[in-house]
Amino acid sequence: MRWTKPSIGLCLLALCVTLPLLGQQRGGARGGNVPAAPGAQANRGGGGRPAPTSFPAQQRAIDTALAARGNTLYGTNCKTCHGADLRGGERGGTNLLRSAIVLNDQGGELIFPIVRDGLNNPGMSPMPPMSVSEEDAKAIAEYIHSIAATSQRQGGPPPGPPLNLDILIGDAASGKIYFDAKCSSCHSITGDLKGIASRVTNPRDLQNYWVGGGGGRGANAPQVTATVTLQNGQKVEGQLNRIDDFIVILALADGSTQSFRRTGDVPKVEIRDPREAHRNLLPGYTDNDIHNVTAYLVTLK
Amino acid sequence: MNRSKFVLTALLLLLPTLLVSQTQGPGGIDPASLLKPLADSWPTYSGDYTGRRYSTLKQIDRNTVKNLTLGWIGRVNPAIGGGTIVGGEGPEEWVPGTVSVRGAVLMVDGILYPTAPDHVWAIDARDGRQLWHYYWKTRGGTHIGNRGVGIWRNYLFFETPDNFLVSLDLKTGKERWHVEIADFDQQYFSTMAPMIIGDHVVVGTGNDLDAPGFLQSYHPETGKLEWKFYTVPMNPGDPGLETWPNLDAARHGGGFSWVPGVYDPETRLYIFGTGNPTPGYTGAGRPGDNLFTCSLVAVNVDTGKMAWYFQTSVHDTHDWDSAQTPVLIDATINGQPRKLVSTAARNGYFFTVDRVTGKHVTTSKYGMYSNWAKGLRSDGTVDPDSLKEATIPGSLVSPVEGGVANWPPPAYSPDTGFFYTRENNAFNMLYLTDTDPRGSMGLAGKQPAGFGNLGSSGDFITAIDPKTGKVGWRRKLYGSGGGGLLTTAGGVLFSSDGSGNFVAYDARNGNPLWHTRINISNAPETYMLDGRQHVLIAAGDTLYDFLLY
Repeated sequence: MRWTKPSIGLCLLALCVTLPLLGQQRGGARGGNVPAAPGAQANRGGGGRPAPTSFPAQQRAIDTALAARGNTLYGTNCKTCHGADLRGGERGGTNLLRSAIVLNDQGGELIFPIVRDGLNNPGMSPMPPMSVSEEDAKAIAEYIHSIAATSQRQGGPPPGPPLNLDILIGDAASGKIYFDAKCSSCHSITGDLKGIASRVTNPRDLQNYWVGGGGGRGANAPQVTATVTLQNGQKVEGQLNRIDDFIVILALADGSTQSFRRTGDVPKVEIRDPREAHRNLLPGYTDNDIHNVTAYLVTLK
Repeated sequence: MNRSKFVLTALLLLLPTLLVSQTQGPGGIDPASLLKPLADSWPTYSGDYTGRRYSTLKQIDRNTVKNLTLGWIGRVNPAIGGGTIVGGEGPEEWVPGTVSVRGAVLMVDGILYPTAPDHVWAIDARDGRQLWHYYWKTRGGTHIGNRGVGIWRNYLFFETPDNFLVSLDLKTGKERWHVEIADFDQQYFSTMAPMIIGDHVVVGTGNDLDAPGFLQSYHPETGKLEWKFYTVPMNPGDPGLETWPNLDAARHGGGFSWVPGVYDPETRLYIFGTGNPTPGYTGAGRPGDNLFTCSLVAVNVDTGKMAWYFQTSVHDTHDWDSAQTPVLIDATINGQPRKLVSTAARNGYFFTVDRVTGKHVTTSKYGMYSNWAKGLRSDGTVDPDSLKEATIPGSLVSPVEGGVANWPPPAYSPDTGFFYTRENNAFNMLYLTDTDPRGSMGLAGKQPAGFGNLGSSGDFITAIDPKTGKVGWRRKLYGSGGGGLLTTAGGVLFSSDGSGNFVAYDARNGNPLWHTRINISNAPETYMLDGRQHVLIAAGDTLYDFLLY
């Protein structure tokens, strides 16, 4: 197996970035709090590195000169049917980036016979024979592999040019009516929302901001506070660090934390989550409401 | 039949058994023993074939569970222990990384077999001591998890991320053979716990790059392929092709088999859930229902031929695999005894169908806020609302990608009549970022913006009556973490509370009876050892054994 230095770096990066994401997406054990074992990464077998989580398409070493020549040949011979991005074309050419033949091809040995002889699979668009030499077919194959090597995680295609998608399809006037009826009891366009569209300039960010009930995630999230009332009537207030059926932990004003065992409803805990009211609105929104309100809010410069 | 013929016939019938016992010695698992109700050991992924995760053990019950005591803590980290047996076809230079146990830990003859991607251990169930460790040098691939081993007599089987079915000697951990079960170049990766059914090793595999899903059976002795069942149409004339725009779309249509299913010995049907269609989020290139993705599928375990299917997520466009372990349920409906199978799908809908015919019995929405459907069709399937796909201006969708439930297994108690599942209700704005009319690839083409859980009403352990689909009760949780379920004849329901506690709940009403601050990463299991009932869980690379003294 061949490795290039950039691919090792990319792979290590992918390992760091993708594993936590994958765990979340597949509902794996989230937020495991088991401490790392001492020496967990200790070398065995002498100075190795962590095993890759990529596939052969991302692991292969690319002959860039050969791929560059293949790029030109692809443009002449293949692009019309298989698309400029290799993902298939209007004339019925298949998506090469997910083609089993391409994925199994190592250096043109599977691609060349098809280029030479054509392909007529039942139920698929036929491919005519092409007059391309074996040498040129290998260059084309190298080009295809060079593009496949840039595919993204979880089967995603290579990144395309950035798209500037306009999410503003709503009607601002309808959004104002909705806002006045449903939002204005808590929010004001001359108060907390004054100039909101200047503070959050990207419409999509603005939409996520208000639907989620305010900005900030992690350390920037609005603070959730709680009051714990002990059986003797004493009240303790603070930021809510943690709560479950068995414990509640507050961060106190003096910088310390205090924990309380919970048994059923004792002690009494009152939680104030600034975003809870907003979250509880989520089941009631229609997408039209959301798009209209966003169209209105973007006018509040 | 005269006497000598009778004796000869009897000897011939017994011969295979005698040979096996002579050549393999005592121990291991007789495949017939997997048909027994779950009690003393934990010999297969769900404990037994029913998927109920219901143990008949009663020593730990609603009253005694408060006295549950830690027996031992054991680590399965590859950096500790020693005596590692190394296999695999990857380069020498790679080293084992950190591990997390996210699957079943089989317990046979006092020995536990936990796994992680590329790793299998044998651990003494009496003290957590490592007996052997097998490490597979990988070629790469998605290392998302490993769901455990299968055991046939004295042989152990597991799948690797780079798609090998590896067979080890149960006692020593020495490799017997390995066979490639899926094409690594085509970006398959394998996580499923092999299911041993008679003399079949049933294996599934996964993929994120628009490849066809399949389920296969191998012979436990020889490693030879017995059958291969594709979950999507692969050839002209194949059933289900009419639910795809063309053969090319079907052959890239997904439907992976990455979680073990269940087995009904009376019909010899292996019933499992299939994964999402691909491309996952952009369904424009695959109009139609997209059979047999996101379906309950029943195949004959001897032939691999499909007996019936029921689609639990029609034309899915949210990566809501329906791969969850289904549960076999015997119940009386309208005075008739029925053989049923139920599943709580990732999309927030609960289904019960007849497990002999696949005919629909009930459908209900258990995900409180699941909002992606227009309603039910006359056949009991759910009609998806195309407006709730990823859109350029964004659509507000519940659940999120991880689903209302996910792979961590549900449980069912015949005593309470409840099917127990997790219920995670969350919303996200789902934006389409790849507007190409050909559709995107894999799971790309969208960007979600999540809003966390729904404050005081987002996450639950939920008890459902599988006959009607109605929710019996919901236990509110404070966290949205995962965790499988286990229930027992002692009336206890074990699981995680989603906030990092391992909890014993009352199976009748969900009230907590006992807990400990351990953030589990797999599903709890229980078995008898030396006359005592044990409860075993994993948290990352650590196993915790509990029992009563």
